[in-house]
Amino acid sequence: MNVDFYEKIWMWAAAGIIIVFLVSIGATFVGQAIQPPSHVEMIDPDNVRTDAEFGQPGVTIHEDGSATVVVQAFMFAFLPNEIRVPRGRPVTFRLTSPDVIHGFQIVQTNGNTMVVPGYVSQFTTTFSRAGEYLVVCNEYCGLGHHVMSAKLIVEEFPTSTEAGMGGGR
Amino acid sequence: MIESRKLALANFWVAISAFAIAAGMAVMQALSRANLDLPWRTAKMYYLSVTAHGVLMALIFTTFFIMGFGYVVAERALGRPIAQRKLAWGSFYVALLGTVLVAWAILWNKATVLYTFYPPLKAHPAFYIGAALLVIGSWGWCWVMVRSYILWKQANPEARTPLPVHGYLATIIVWILATVGVAAEVVLLLIPWSLGITERIDPILARILFWWFGHPLVYFWLLPAYVIWYTVTPRVAGGKLFSDPLARLVFVLFIVLSTPVGFHHQFLDPGVRAGWKLFHAFNTQWILFPSLLTAFTVIASFEIAGRLKGARGYLDWLEELPWGDPAFSSVALAMIIFAVGGFGGAINASYGMNAMIHNTAWVQGHFHLTVGTATALTFMGAAYWLMPKLLDRELELSLLARIQPYLWFGGMLLFSVANHLTGLKGMPRRIYQFDYGGSEVADQWMGGTGISALGGVFLFVSALCFVAVMFGTGLAGKRAPQADIEFAEPLEEPGSKARILDRMGLWVVVAVALVAAAYAYPIIQHLATERFGARGVPVF
Repeated sequence: MNVDFYEKIWMWAAAGIIIVFLVSIGATFVGQAIQPPSHVEMIDPDNVRTDAEFGQPGVTIHEDGSATVVVQAFMFAFLPNEIRVPRGRPVTFRLTSPDVIHGFQIVQTNGNTMVVPGYVSQFTTTFSRAGEYLVVCNEYCGLGHHVMSAKLIVEEFPTSTEAGMGGGR
Repeated sequence: MIESRKLALANFWVAISAFAIAAGMAVMQALSRANLDLPWRTAKMYYLSVTAHGVLMALIFTTFFIMGFGYVVAERALGRPIAQRKLAWGSFYVALLGTVLVAWAILWNKATVLYTFYPPLKAHPAFYIGAALLVIGSWGWCWVMVRSYILWKQANPEARTPLPVHGYLATIIVWILATVGVAAEVVLLLIPWSLGITERIDPILARILFWWFGHPLVYFWLLPAYVIWYTVTPRVAGGKLFSDPLARLVFVLFIVLSTPVGFHHQFLDPGVRAGWKLFHAFNTQWILFPSLLTAFTVIASFEIAGRLKGARGYLDWLEELPWGDPAFSSVALAMIIFAVGGFGGAINASYGMNAMIHNTAWVQGHFHLTVGTATALTFMGAAYWLMPKLLDRELELSLLARIQPYLWFGGMLLFSVANHLTGLKGMPRRIYQFDYGGSEVADQWMGGTGISALGGVFLFVSALCFVAVMFGTGLAGKRAPQADIEFAEPLEEPGSKARILDRMGLWVVVAVALVAAAYAYPIIQHLATERFGARGVPVF
């Protein structure tokens, strides 16, 4: 097959661009351990509301200042609907749904996951900026989808409420 | 006059009617998202219209147009009547019945599950059965096309496969590989569950099967557009195809690369392991390659056209192109838009960046550039070229036809740029309104949704022009003999170069092996894990 000289240059350049893309994904994977987010853990959607963990969703602040946030997403709200987490510490979100698929998106951050009945979603992130964030459902879940939201407040650690209690609860 | 004209026209009229209804749904949504208070604006109507717009545009308009155009390609490029004409008509009616069932379920508010229909959102069984019939009808079409090719091949064992047929065979292979996934989802999971035969359904298994289908689906939309870019537009422009073997290479690369990539739609899903997401992420980036080749070959073909008309300088060949002919301008504008959409696709496929934009308005901004323009505007351009020839009538309202592609281009730029930006600011896709209790962050989306609504109005006017020209031509176009349907000649006949690219059986084997590598193990692993299904909620 005869390929025109200029088209040959173009082909190599096209392959080069793709290789640059692949190398940048590969380099962040190896160098910074930036992997595709993933978590494999099952839960019976019928038991979510009585589950020891998801039946009592909320925020737990650990000794080292890191936090675990357990969230139940259902038609059409998040529980808890006000989430307080420390700034600059790893925050692990654990979420599930008792009914249909929802999304959990912390607006203007890359905190974003699907919340699927039968499965537990989990991701860990660190907030570098204190303040109030909007959390929205970004997967259509029914006629009230557009009102499904929550508030996430990132505050300095130790937080005013936690300081008096000596952390943990 | 070609023999399968009635068959082709039947398919085209279904496509154009679906397009017209879907365009009306679209403008309502664009205005609604700008928080304009319109009559009948309710959440129920909004989500119903999102479902109807998605299904009618992405599944009905595209599939029927592709089938109709396929019959024309098969008969004209192979130079013989299509095989199995009865099966062809039967398939058309099966697909039409499926369409009617789906449309009934949606418009009668029994299937507001959006066009991705993720369980456990539960629609009326008619919705799933209709979708299955549409796919079965399309399989009938595939067989008619393949059979026509085989008969031609037996009569012409030494001849090269005509390029438009080569591209269509690639389309068919991609479609069959893709629909295996969705057929499994609909027939094994959704239909029994919606009929109450099974009680629970695994939403992640359904999503894996859906996206097995959902990504190659975009190449099912794109490849017939590429057939038009390679084999129709260079001739319309007055030139020749720059390179025939490279076009064949592009089609073969799509056969191989289209399917083993679906997990890049599921980067943020639980229950799918990170390693498989990474594997699909790497595969996805390579799909840019054949599209980058296409950009060179097709633009070089346009340059040939300009030079044949006397252009001598570096860029003056652009001025010689027939920008006033909607059959040309549609495709040229669609290509410009697709260049932007392609790079957006590379961003979506990179999981680090994907987390910023997943399920935001960015996504609708993206696919309105690709399927909504690269494919849809190309099909409109092809309709301006083909419909007069099939009807033996002159194009009616030709002034509207001339401005229509430019209106679409301008409207789409406004719509899409605005949605990309509001998406980056975090606005979710598919929401009826975004007050969120007076949130200041959500307030920032307001300007963007206004620009998007303005773009939506441009697009609606453009769609009305297209529909008016089509129905006007069909009903009132002046009867006059039209030029024959002929495809672009290559600058140099392929001769016996790169014959291996015509060996579809070989490429099917490679593609199946890749699909197995990408899906067999993760699905088996998933099925072997203890899972709890979800029960299902009719949410409308």
